[in-house]
Amino acid sequence: MSIARSRNTLARILTVLCTGLFGTRTNTLITLATLLLLAQVLPPLFRWAVLDATFTGDADACTRAGACWAFVMAKLRFILFAFYPPDLQWRPALVILLLALILTASALPRFWGRPLLLAWPLAVLACWFLMQGAFSATPIPSNQWGGLPVTLFVWAVCFAAATPIALLLALARRSKLGGLRTFSVLYIELMRGTPMVGILYVAMLILPMALPDGLSIDKMLRAMIMVTLFWAAYVAEVIRAGLQAIPSGQTEAATALGLGYWRTQQLIILPQALRIVIPGMVNLAIGFLLATSLLAVIGIFDLLNAARASAADPDWLGFYNEAYLVAAAVYFVVCSGASRYSRWLEGRFSAGRHQAP
Amino acid sequence: MSDRRVFRTLLPGSPRLGIIGKFRAWWGGWPFCQLAFLVALAALGALFVSNVLDTMARVGILPGFGFLYSSANFEIGESPIGFRAGDTYLRAIIAGLLNTLKVSLLGCFFATICGVAIGIAGLSRNLLLSGLVRWFIEITRNTPLLLQLFFWISIAKALPAPRQASVFFGTVFLTNRGVYLPSLSLEAGPVGLHAALTLTTCACMATLLLLRFAGRLTRRSGAVAIGLVLAAALVFLFLSGAQPVAEVPSLSGFNIRGGVNLSPEFAALLTGLVVKFSALIAEIVRAGIQSVGSGQWEAARALGLHDGQIIHLVVLPQALRVITPLTTSSYLDLTKDSSLAVAIGFPDLVSVINTTANTTGQSMEALATLIGTFLAINLTLSALMNAYNSRIALRGFAR
Repeated sequence: MSIARSRNTLARILTVLCTGLFGTRTNTLITLATLLLLAQVLPPLFRWAVLDATFTGDADACTRAGACWAFVMAKLRFILFAFYPPDLQWRPALVILLLALILTASALPRFWGRPLLLAWPLAVLACWFLMQGAFSATPIPSNQWGGLPVTLFVWAVCFAAATPIALLLALARRSKLGGLRTFSVLYIELMRGTPMVGILYVAMLILPMALPDGLSIDKMLRAMIMVTLFWAAYVAEVIRAGLQAIPSGQTEAATALGLGYWRTQQLIILPQALRIVIPGMVNLAIGFLLATSLLAVIGIFDLLNAARASAADPDWLGFYNEAYLVAAAVYFVVCSGASRYSRWLEGRFSAGRHQAP
Repeated sequence: MSDRRVFRTLLPGSPRLGIIGKFRAWWGGWPFCQLAFLVALAALGALFVSNVLDTMARVGILPGFGFLYSSANFEIGESPIGFRAGDTYLRAIIAGLLNTLKVSLLGCFFATICGVAIGIAGLSRNLLLSGLVRWFIEITRNTPLLLQLFFWISIAKALPAPRQASVFFGTVFLTNRGVYLPSLSLEAGPVGLHAALTLTTCACMATLLLLRFAGRLTRRSGAVAIGLVLAAALVFLFLSGAQPVAEVPSLSGFNIRGGVNLSPEFAALLTGLVVKFSALIAEIVRAGIQSVGSGQWEAARALGLHDGQIIHLVVLPQALRVITPLTTSSYLDLTKDSSLAVAIGFPDLVSVINTTANTTGQSMEALATLIGTFLAINLTLSALMNAYNSRIALRGFAR
C-alpha cells in the first residue's frame, strides 16, 4: 500500500519534471541552454570551493587557486566579535542571544501585547550595559565593539526607536493641522531624498559641532540617533499607507460615538492600520538590516566591516572573498528567514480576514 | 472652540473665505500650539546652527560658500569634464555630480533591461530556468549592496594584468586596470560623436513636442518625424565628410590602447548596482505581469489575438500600471545607493563632498550642498516619472 503510494508520488514528480523541463520544443531548448550556462559556471566554482580548497593549516598552506576555509576557521571569532576583548566575548554572545530572543518573541503573534512593549526598553538597556562592560573591572568603550552584535543592536534599537516617532509623523501627515502636516511632509521628503551615507556623515561631522560645549556623544550613539531619525521617515510612509487603507467611515462612526481624536486613533484606527502594515514593516526591517552595513563607511566595525578587517590581518592577508562569503551567509540566513516569516504572516492575516463574516 | 469656528466657515452656504480665512481653515485647530511647536523646533535648529558657527569660529573657519571658488589640492581619478589639483572646489563638486549622474543613468538603463529579461525568465514554465532565477533573486536581495560592491571591487582588482587579459569576442578586455570596450567615434566631422548624439536627440524631442502642440502627434507621425530627423542628421554628417570610426581595443606593449576604458571602480560600481537592482526590478515585473488575471489572457485568446498581440495590447498596458510607480522608487533608490561609491573609491558626488568637507572644514556647507543636490535629483526624477505614470494610469484613476 505505502509502496504503491510512494511509487505513485515518484511517478507524479517525474511527470512534473518531464513536462517542466522537456514539455515542448521551446522548453527543451531553454533547458539545454540553461544547462550549458550552468556547465560553464558551476564546475570552476565547485573546484574553487571544494577540490582546490584548503580546510586546515595556516595562510602558507592556502593556494591561490582555491578557497581558504582554514582562514574562516581561524578568523570566525574575529568576524563575529571584531575587536571586543577576547576574554570578555561572552558578553556580546549574550547580547546576540538576548536580541534573538526578543526578536523571536516579537515575531510570534501570541506574545503581542503590553508586556512585550515593556520588555523592549529593558532588553535594550541590558544589551547596552552588557556591551559597555558593566560590573566588570574595565569599561569597554564603544569603539571596541564590533561584529554581529553591533549590527543586530543598531538594527533592533534604531528600528524600535524609529517606530513611535514614525507613528507621530504619519498621524501628523494625515491630520487636519496644516502646520504640523507641512512639517511632517517636509521632514519625510527631506529624509527620503537623502542617501543614508549623507545622514551618516551628518552624524560624523556636523553633530559633534552642533552640540553645546562640554557635551559629547560617542560615535556609535551619534550614528544611532541619526539613523533612527532617518528610518523614522521610511517607517512613517509605511504606516501612512496603513492609515489610508482604513475607510473614513470608521473615523466618522467613532466621532458619532463621541470619541475624541486620540481615543479614536487608539481604539479604532491604529489597531486596524497597524495590523495591515506589519508585513510591510517586516520587509522594511529586512531592508534596514542590509542598510546597517553602511556603518562601515564611517568606520564602525559592524559585521561587514569586521569581515573586511579580518582579511587585512597580516597573517591572513587578502582572503576577502572567503570573509565576504561568511558575512553574506549570515545576512542571507537572517533576511531570507525574515522574508519567509513575512509571507507566512501575510497568509495568516488574509486567512483571518476570509474567516471573518 | 477654534475647531468649531473653522468648521462653521466651511459649511455650505457660508460666505466665501478671504485669504486669511482660507489660511486659517488650512492651518486647522490648535493654531497656537502648532505655532509653539514649530517655533520650538526652529529654536532648536537655530541653537544647533549657532553652536556649529561657534565651533567654526573657534577653529578659524569662515562660514559661507566662498570656499567653492578657492582651489582644491586633491585629484579626481576620472570625470567627464576633467579635473586636476588646483581647480576650484566648485568644479570638483560638478565633476563628482556628473560621475554620480553617469553611473545612475547607466545603472537605471541596464538594470531595467536586465530586470525585465530576468523577470520574464522567472515567469517561464521551465522549472530549471525559473528555479535559477528564483535563487539569483533570493541571494541578491538578501545580501547588502555594500557587501556585493566589496565583492565586485575585489574581483575587479584581482583580474589579470593587461598582457594576460581575459578577452571576450576579441573586443572586450577584462584587466586589473579596468574594462576595455570597443568605441565608436566620428572623425573629420564638424562635431564629435557625443555632440552629434546630443543634438540629434534634442532635435527629435523638439519635433515631437512641436507635433504634440500642433495636436498631430500619433504613433505613425511620431515615427515618421523621428525617421526624417535621423535621416537629416546622417545626410548632414555624410556631406560634412565625417566618418564613423569603430575603435577596437588591442594590446600594445604592456598596456591596452584604443576603445573606452572603464576604471575598475566604475565597472565594479556599475556591475553591483545593475545586479542588485535588476533583481529588484525583476520582482516588480513578475508581480506586475502576475497582477493581470488569467481571465484577461483567456478573453484575449477567445478574441483570436496571438500571444504577441496579447502581451502588447492586453497584458503590458495593465501590468505597466503596477510596474511604473514601483520602478520609479527603484530608480530613486538606485540613484541614492550610487553614493556607496565612496566605500570603493569611485569619485562620485558623496566622495568628493566628503573630501571637500575634510580638507576645508566647511562640513556644514558641503553636506548642505550634498543634501540639496540629491533632493533636486530625486524631485526631478519623480516629477518625470509621475508625468509618465499619469499618462499610462487608468483614466479617472490618474493621480
